[in-house]
Amino acid sequence: MFACIYVPNFFVAAALCAEPELKKRAVAIVGGKPPLEKVIAVNEKAGSMGIAAGMTKAQAELCAELALRSRSELQESTAHAALLDCAQSFSPCVEDTASDTVLLDLAGMQSLFGSLPEISQAIAARAVALGLKVNVTAAANPDAALVAARGSPGVTVIPAGQEADRLGNLPIEVLFAGCLEVDSKEEPARFLETFDRWGIHDLRALAALPEVGLSERLGQEGLRLQQLARGAVSRTLVPIEAPPIFEEAVELEHPIVLLEPLAFLLNRLLEQICARLGLRALATQELRLTLELSNLTGIDDEFDNSGIPSESDESVETRITSQICSRRTKFIRKLNLPLPMLNPKVFLKLLQLDLSAHPPGAPITKIHLAAEPARPRPGQAGLFVPPTPEPEKLELTLARIAGIVGKQKVGAVELLDTHHPEGFRMRGFVTGLVRKISPRKNSDSGRADTAESAVTALRRFRPPWRTQVTLEDGEPKYLVCSKKDMQGEVLWKAGPWRFSGDWWEREAWSRDEWDIALQAGDTLTLYRLVHDRLGGGWFVEGTYD
Amino acid sequence: MSTAVVSTSAAEGRLFVFDDEVVPEVSSHASLDPATEGGCPRMVFPSAIPVTPASRLEARPAPEMASSGISALDDLTGGLPRGCLTEICGPASSGRTTVLLAALAAATRRGEFCALIDASDALDPNSAAAGGVDLERLLWVRCGDSSSQKDHSPRGHESTENPLHRKDQNRGDRTGVCNKNSERRLEQVLRATDLLLESGGFGLIVLDLADLPPQDARRIPLSTWFRFRRAVENKPTILLALEPQPIAGSCSSLLLQFSVTSCCPGGNSTAGSPQMEAPKKQPTHSQLLTGLDIAAELVRSRLVRSSFEAHSPLKNRRKPAHSIAVVFTSKTAWG
Repeated sequence: MFACIYVPNFFVAAALCAEPELKKRAVAIVGGKPPLEKVIAVNEKAGSMGIAAGMTKAQAELCAELALRSRSELQESTAHAALLDCAQSFSPCVEDTASDTVLLDLAGMQSLFGSLPEISQAIAARAVALGLKVNVTAAANPDAALVAARGSPGVTVIPAGQEADRLGNLPIEVLFAGCLEVDSKEEPARFLETFDRWGIHDLRALAALPEVGLSERLGQEGLRLQQLARGAVSRTLVPIEAPPIFEEAVELEHPIVLLEPLAFLLNRLLEQICARLGLRALATQELRLTLELSNLTGIDDEFDNSGIPSESDESVETRITSQICSRRTKFIRKLNLPLPMLNPKVFLKLLQLDLSAHPPGAPITKIHLAAEPARPRPGQAGLFVPPTPEPEKLELTLARIAGIVGKQKVGAVELLDTHHPEGFRMRGFVTGLVRKISPRKNSDSGRADTAESAVTALRRFRPPWRTQVTLEDGEPKYLVCSKKDMQGEVLWKAGPWRFSGDWWEREAWSRDEWDIALQAGDTLTLYRLVHDRLGGGWFVEGTYD
Repeated sequence: MSTAVVSTSAAEGRLFVFDDEVVPEVSSHASLDPATEGGCPRMVFPSAIPVTPASRLEARPAPEMASSGISALDDLTGGLPRGCLTEICGPASSGRTTVLLAALAAATRRGEFCALIDASDALDPNSAAAGGVDLERLLWVRCGDSSSQKDHSPRGHESTENPLHRKDQNRGDRTGVCNKNSERRLEQVLRATDLLLESGGFGLIVLDLADLPPQDARRIPLSTWFRFRRAVENKPTILLALEPQPIAGSCSSLLLQFSVTSCCPGGNSTAGSPQMEAPKKQPTHSQLLTGLDIAAELVRSRLVRSSFEAHSPLKNRRKPAHSIAVVFTSKTAWG
């Protein structure tokens, strides 16, 4: 047996689900592009006031008691999700037929929920509790239940074998109820016009037509409609697939205080999760580890270890967040990977490195590990492709290097849109997102990657060296610096070049730059000398090398 | 005693061939040489048997060479060898970093990923971008004490203090602290290099030790350089080290010494030789640094002869005692 849950006047129902206080008022839903908005759905009260679908918004606004609402896709998706939740609470086999219709397979449900009428009543009651007024019909085949639900208000149960009889009195329009709300109404309107010309106004009359004549005039679609009218279509449901959840948890009899036994358990959980992901040909790009702790003293801090001040939402850098909540004794670590991966050993190593750097601080009583599924990356190495670091190995290497030099001291460089000489920031180094370089069509491959001339580079001193400068006619003449290589008479100088910026910010800067040459043994060394016009100091910022 | 060489003849059931030993067979081409001691005939065997003595076998094939990004340097050395350690040495303003950025630019242009282990955190990203380096393909490891070296991005700066206003580092009074910082920096460099060499996949890995004091750079044991060389052997990775002085010894396959012959100021400056005279009174705003004249000297090469030597009139003679040098010019980004 199958059941159909149908929400009549879905647009209005979705709006009433979001605003229950409108149930007692006349409501009309408008849709379309302004200023050509038109009424697309009305409730009973609005209909009794003379408001009908197709009226313009201006016409509808003339009615003062009418509550006009614009069509909202968010409300409709919320109502649809509620409908699905209601259906899935009764049966695991649910077909998402339309935004206002779902079909359930009731096989085996009678032993749990009672007889068919009881099940149908329970479904309707639960839908009302969710804010939706629905029609529920149970029948031997899904299409008969669907047609009956669209035509019969309330709860209906059609015994097996009586489909044609129970459907016979329904108007012919119920066969096209799912199509009347969509933009393309040409074909259903054509069929309705034809049936109206023939004098066919209900399903019984359509079911009584000769099949040969009907197929000659209306083709296979006409025969299909006749089968629906008879309730004779038999098909299987196409159930929706519930979003897969890849989680593993283990509750410990004795709390764990050391990281080694924790690693052993994590390895087992990771292998199980990766095996389940592998069965579905999936990978993961996010791991979430939740540890339940014991004897937590109620610390309420949130640590963000990313350290990058202006991190955008599209950043692919590995980001780890730790939360210690006072009300819940949970320690959460989230590992965002730059690319989808499926290697339990790599995951275990990354988690070990992270937990070593950020230990939980209390004994662990429960471990919960969840993986967010993702499609595996479709990378295919070529024979003539330059060597590329393996993403898994690289991720581990970067995590280890970050532990040595600091997380913000390793990565790729991104230049910022500023004239500030140190206008750059560090971001994650990801090989998979770098654009591929097309092979050069240059016969002289040895010269293809040679520039015309090299660009003189600047080596920076971080931090710059403070120096004392003796001026002559406003130009640097002599330098004194704690670094003995950088002091002496200025043999050559060029400048100054004035730079400034961010005057609208708190961190305004203004500087004069000089290129100078100092004697260093038998050679000359070229430096960049900077005068901070706001602070008044002189600094050697770097050397041209 | 010669080492046995297993050849295909052994697989076919024939005798092993040893160095300086011939197969005792007599062919139709053998001839008797009457002029032998004691009248014993001396058999002359043909040289058609394709047998190479073990002493002349090459232990490893010549490494593949990749362009350094500077044509004059490529002519001098043939490029940078893959799977080998190359040292670039020279004082400040000798053009080492210019060559480094040119090599990075050439490698990223080829589609390779590069890693720069910066011991002194001296890389200027703007210079790198101007030099043609694809920054998305460059992994930058900034070694040093994180407390004294912060990201200087103008927005979101962690400290509200202007970095130019930071207190002067009085290194004279904090020798002990400086030594500890140097040791920590060196340890970071070596560990990061080990990890990156083990990870693999990079076309070019650079150790920038140019600003390290020579006494600190010399503290790196030779066994470490040997380990680096072994790690990069038989891999398509170029290992490049920038140093103030050569420190890797025989572990490096290529040693280049850089010096600057002159800087190229624009305007009416008379700058030229290192002992340049004080320029005549010209306004400083009319002066402009336009580039460097860089001299690169090939001090040592354990590789196949470079194309420079191949075209040299000395190609048929033994390698001369003096090293070979080229001079090329670099231009500033605004030149």
